[in-house]
Amino acid sequence: MKYFAFASRNRKEVLRDPLTLLFGMGLPVIMICLFSLMQKNMPDALFQIENITPGVIVFSFSFITLFSGMLVGKDRSSSFLMRIFASPMSASDYIIGYALPLLPIAALQIAVCLITAFFLGLSIHLNVLVAIILLLMMALLYIGFGLLLGTYFTDKQVGGIFAIFVNLSAWLSGTWFALDMIGGAFQSIAYVMPFAHAVDAARYALAGEYSKAVVPFIWVAGYSVFIFAIAVMSFKKKMKGQ
Amino acid sequence: MSIVVKNLTKTYSARKAVDHLSLTIEQGEFFALLGQNGAGKTTTIKMLSCLLLPTSGDAWMVDDSIVTNPMAVKQNINLSPQETAVNPNLTVKENLEFIASIYGYNQREAKQKSVDMMDRFGLTERARSKAKTLSGGLQRRLSIAMALISDPKIIFLDEPTLGLDIRARRDLWEILLVLKGKITIIVTTHYLEEVEALADRVGIMHGGTLHALGTVEELKVKTGKSSLEEIFLALTEEEA
Repeated sequence: MKYFAFASRNRKEVLRDPLTLLFGMGLPVIMICLFSLMQKNMPDALFQIENITPGVIVFSFSFITLFSGMLVGKDRSSSFLMRIFASPMSASDYIIGYALPLLPIAALQIAVCLITAFFLGLSIHLNVLVAIILLLMMALLYIGFGLLLGTYFTDKQVGGIFAIFVNLSAWLSGTWFALDMIGGAFQSIAYVMPFAHAVDAARYALAGEYSKAVVPFIWVAGYSVFIFAIAVMSFKKKMKGQ
Repeated sequence: MSIVVKNLTKTYSARKAVDHLSLTIEQGEFFALLGQNGAGKTTTIKMLSCLLLPTSGDAWMVDDSIVTNPMAVKQNINLSPQETAVNPNLTVKENLEFIASIYGYNQREAKQKSVDMMDRFGLTERARSKAKTLSGGLQRRLSIAMALISDPKIIFLDEPTLGLDIRARRDLWEILLVLKGKITIIVTTHYLEEVEALADRVGIMHGGTLHALGTVEELKVKTGKSSLEEIFLALTEEEA
């Protein structure tokens, strides 16, 4: 299976560049610890571990956007993609091959954040399993963003764009503060984007409120399908030299 | 006939990068495509290797059309780009096995073929070295090995000896000479001594069109020039 060989190659390329990986794993852990510390001196439950953990996990997925974007961008800016575009791999082989190895990385990020949160007081029960499954599926959205960025930009450009993306996705997700604290246009814009829905879905799933998680999850799933569809179409165009 | 090109054209906005190119290349031929920068060589190679859609015209690579059947074409070709394009974080062995896998070989076959290629290209000792640790010459050898591991009927080599020292270049020529007659090789190069040492026939492109086609001797007779360099300069100077 060609996509499997390609996925294996991409897995090795990402895992053998450990600095980015460490940063992508380490920063969310530090953030959970910091917010937990801040919560000790706060009167309300804004940064309570059950509230902050889903948000930070979704925030950590931004790094998957960085990993996938840089991987594709680096291949495009070297002649490597030219080499393999001349091979009999299809567009779906490429997309699956780029996306597949990032799912275990997403799983690792989820695990690292949850283990940290557990040591800071998060109670682990069956809801966590449901939240993990939902989060893994929502990671596809961020992988899709990365593939799209890498299709159009070089790895250096992706690095710069990532700085904007990570801030936008964090600020508009309700991770640092509840969106209804701001309200108005800000909240409306945030809920047109998928990031707030991703955090909401994760929070509801972790709290066992599965029925409330359905609508936000559908938002995220819809965006994922849309982003992936554009990524596939864009990639196909690039394959034809357009 | 290994390659048949008929009126192949590529137009970008108002500019014709390749203008009604027609030629044939025999099975097993070592064909050198020469031209100044911007002559249309790379665009031609990209179209023939299905990396670019032609604006008009067609080419048949081992009887498969690049326009209507690119997947069949891709199964029979391979290329070594000008930049070596190896996976820097993969080992020599992993690079070779990867290419074999994406061309449809199973794990066992890919392993065996990578061992064969490493032996053929003198890379066995560096099998477990990451590609980024190799010298330029060894990376170039690995790149060509990656182009050959899929047993292509046609191979494109873009500047195969660029940046190599004299010894490394000569070693690579030896390897390419062994391949002559067995697979169809299309080389683009600016090293005319390389063309004279290796090529059966030469095509000289200029301004998107083929200005000359034939053996070096035939071109000498046709142009009245005594060296390939003089032929090249004469044929590419006319419309400068």
